[in-house]
Amino acid sequence: MDVLLGSRLQFAVAAMFHFLFVPLTLGLSVLTAVFETLYLKTGDEDYKRAAKFWGKLFLINFALGVVTGITLEFQFGTNWRYYSEYVGDVFGSLLAIEATLAFFLESTFIAVWHFGWNRLSPKLHCLAIWLVALGSNVSALWILLANGWMQNPVGYVIRNGRAELESFWAVVTNSFGWMEFIHTVTGAFILSSFFVLGVSAYHLLKGNEVEFFKKSFRVAAVFALVFSLFEVFNGHLHGSEVAKVQPTKLAAMESLWETKKGAPMYLFIIPDEKNERNLVEIGKIPGFLSFLAYHDFSATVKGLKEFPKEDRPPVLLTFLSFRLMVGLGFLFVLLSTLAWLKRNEPEKSPWLLRILLLSIPLPYIACEMGWIVAEVGRQPWIVYGLMKTKDAVSPLAPSQVLISLVAFIVVYTALGIIDFWLLTKYAKKGPDRA
Amino acid sequence: MEQNVFQVIWFVLWGVLWIGYFVLDGFDLGAGVLLPKLASNETERRIVYNAIGPFWDANEVWLITAGGATFAAFPKAYAIMFSGLYSALLLLLFCLIFRGVAIEFRGKQNDAGWRSKWDLVFVASSLVATLLLGVAFANIFRGLPIDEKGIIRGGLLYLLNPYGLLGGVFFVVMFAVHGALWVAYRSTGALYHRAKGWVLKLWPVEAVLAVLFLLVSFRSTSLWNNYFKHPFLFVFPIVAVVALILIPILVKRDSALWAWISSALFIVGAASWGLAGLFPNLLPSTLSPKNSLTVFNSSSSLLTLKVMTVVAFVFVPIMLCYKFWVYKTFSGKLTEETVYGEDAY
Ligand code: HDD
Ligand code: HEM
Ligand code: HEM
Repeated sequence: MDVLLGSRLQFAVAAMFHFLFVPLTLGLSVLTAVFETLYLKTGDEDYKRAAKFWGKLFLINFALGVVTGITLEFQFGTNWRYYSEYVGDVFGSLLAIEATLAFFLESTFIAVWHFGWNRLSPKLHCLAIWLVALGSNVSALWILLANGWMQNPVGYVIRNGRAELESFWAVVTNSFGWMEFIHTVTGAFILSSFFVLGVSAYHLLKGNEVEFFKKSFRVAAVFALVFSLFEVFNGHLHGSEVAKVQPTKLAAMESLWETKKGAPMYLFIIPDEKNERNLVEIGKIPGFLSFLAYHDFSATVKGLKEFPKEDRPPVLLTFLSFRLMVGLGFLFVLLSTLAWLKRNEPEKSPWLLRILLLSIPLPYIACEMGWIVAEVGRQPWIVYGLMKTKDAVSPLAPSQVLISLVAFIVVYTALGIIDFWLLTKYAKKGPDRA
Repeated sequence: MEQNVFQVIWFVLWGVLWIGYFVLDGFDLGAGVLLPKLASNETERRIVYNAIGPFWDANEVWLITAGGATFAAFPKAYAIMFSGLYSALLLLLFCLIFRGVAIEFRGKQNDAGWRSKWDLVFVASSLVATLLLGVAFANIFRGLPIDEKGIIRGGLLYLLNPYGLLGGVFFVVMFAVHGALWVAYRSTGALYHRAKGWVLKLWPVEAVLAVLFLLVSFRSTSLWNNYFKHPFLFVFPIVAVVALILIPILVKRDSALWAWISSALFIVGAASWGLAGLFPNLLPSTLSPKNSLTVFNSSSSLLTLKVMTVVAFVFVPIMLCYKFWVYKTFSGKLTEETVYGEDAY
């Protein structure tokens, strides 16, 4: 196998697998903290049990988030040697800062929370879970600033044959990174609230602990609605940012081949990459793509043919992933509105509960699709406009990469199955008796 | 000139991170290596797991930070070292994956067969990870065949030379003693006595390996050169030797905590000895000194080093404070009830 292809697949497997666990960590830490705070405020034992129950699921999920993150930290060096050499001056510090600021915080206080129920005062114990929530979300900020820099490199100069830091301020205020942060964390909150809604729905349907799960349901329904609405809004802004800084990605997301003034949007498209056109285009909304990208119905949007073939990303994958994510985004608005309307008596709407139970995987799909848009859409660049992915790969033997790729797939699949099985087992078991 | 100052500061910080990692993750790795010898029944095994329970994950973050700091401060060294040691490093990472998962999963199913399988995974991954760390650092001290393009001409098998293996075995024994001391500190009764016994049994082996390693380093590495140039550096090996001698004395007096602290000091002294001898190299080349990666030819720009210095000097002390508090709050003696409670592993 080709070292480049193997390394790309390996990074994709490792990153996407890591991101199966990341969003639930980001959101469920906050929800658990909210439950524990409600317990402190109201003294209602159910909220304490809720913190314990959701916290237990959090811990099972967290375990795999941690171990899969460690491999990623080292993969830039192992598989992307020339990348690390060329941009390490700017990029490396973001990773190191993430570890110093965030990973120590979250890994220390999650243990404090886990082992501290009988050892700390309730207030201190509640503070611990808030620190975990803070730590994980701060870690997301720094890693997404790192990723944002790859999407839109700023604050550097080319000196001594590499990209050197010129303005740290420009790197940490990179609007692209902040957009990614807001969009990703919002997505994580959606995922986590749908997780809580779905698990609660399961128990409500069975009539287990109805009062308990109604309380969780109510909190999660509010979360889900607020963040689903916000996600569509900030996703749209994110899209306009992409239009500005990565025209090739935008064209691929919309499968737009020809440069057009007042570009229309089509509800349904089948791209035909080989012949550089769309096989089918149905449901034209005139000027809408120009409007979405530039807030102007007559703006010009560049098509893929504007760029040399070797500078274009894979169109079909980028396009389909984007459509699926956006479609799911609107579906979440609908579902969370329903959940919110029924939040006081969800047990009376079994049809809704059934839908919510089945919806647990959907935000996972949306998150993974989002990453495919962001990363595959950035190709062939590893750092947009600055370095190509093919120039970044380490000088390894093909066999090395093949063996490790197979090992990753086998080990991750096995561990993933065990982890989701344990998660299901404990989710079904429900909270401990009061 | 100013750049050189920051390069040296970062060499020291880089060393501090690795030493922090060895001292802290060292005891939980060592407890893993010795688990089957220390614990004779389920309760004792649980005590061992819970003895490291609140700490192991945060200890591993030292490794992540050491890796991240290498990337940030010495990107060229990070790039060449990690791609050149590809197979060994991935093997280490897989061990850490298995180990973390084993600790988290073993208690999640009430079934002796399930638990004993994860115990096996935990012990094997702790052992191989420790061995690999030792092999890797011995080879870094000795140097690797880096050519003028920065490509390391030698794979996993090359690393398994006698000096590398000696380093590996030395790490295993050193961490095992360190881990047994931690378990002794946190346990009572039969487990305490067994842990103490293992410290006393392994200590002579540790001492012999330490002396052997120091002596062979004369022949296999150039670590001692810095010592003859700057004799004050001898304080590191002296601290190591004194701390090593104190371990059995303190254990026999039943002050397990102080014995653990002297074992920690031994690790600090031994690792500082190696790293001070390495300076200014991060990874010497055995082919030509021109190809060696040093703090001066592999570092980041001055601005990056400065930014990182500010971050390190603000946040590392804060982190040390809360970590110290956690160790104080969570490291009392463990009893049978506590490890069967709902919030135990
Ligand atoms: C948006 C968020 C996000 C993204 C894009 C990534 N991560 Fe992550 N990572 C987290 C959010 C996160 C987290 C929420 O903080 C985790 C997940 C579960 C956990 O334990 O912490 C975590 C854990 C985690 C750990 C273990 C930390 C520990 O031991 O506590 C490491 C080393 C990394 N990550 C490294 C990476 C690298 C190198 C990434 C890029 C390729 C990456 N993560 C993408
Ligand atoms: C800070 C965070 C991240 C950074 C710095 C990053 C960086 C990279 C790098 C270096 C590659 C290899 C080059 C390539 O093949 O394109 C890559 C590829 C990829 N990454 Fe990311 N990534 C990050 C986060 C993620 C996450 C969280 C996911 C998904 C869960 C993801 C999904 C992918 C995919 C699918 C590819 C393969 C794309 C392809 O090869 O066509 N990335 N990314
Ligand atoms: C209708 C609404 C949505 C719009 C308009 C939208 C827009 C976008 C755009 C333009 C990108 C690519 C940015 C880039 O290239 O870096 C993106 C990425 C992403 N999306 Fe969405 N999105 C929507 C809904 C969602 C939902 C519901 C989720 C998850 C629950 C989600 C999760 C993600 C993730 C994880 C990424 C990758 C990280 C990033 O680049 O921010 N998105 N989204």
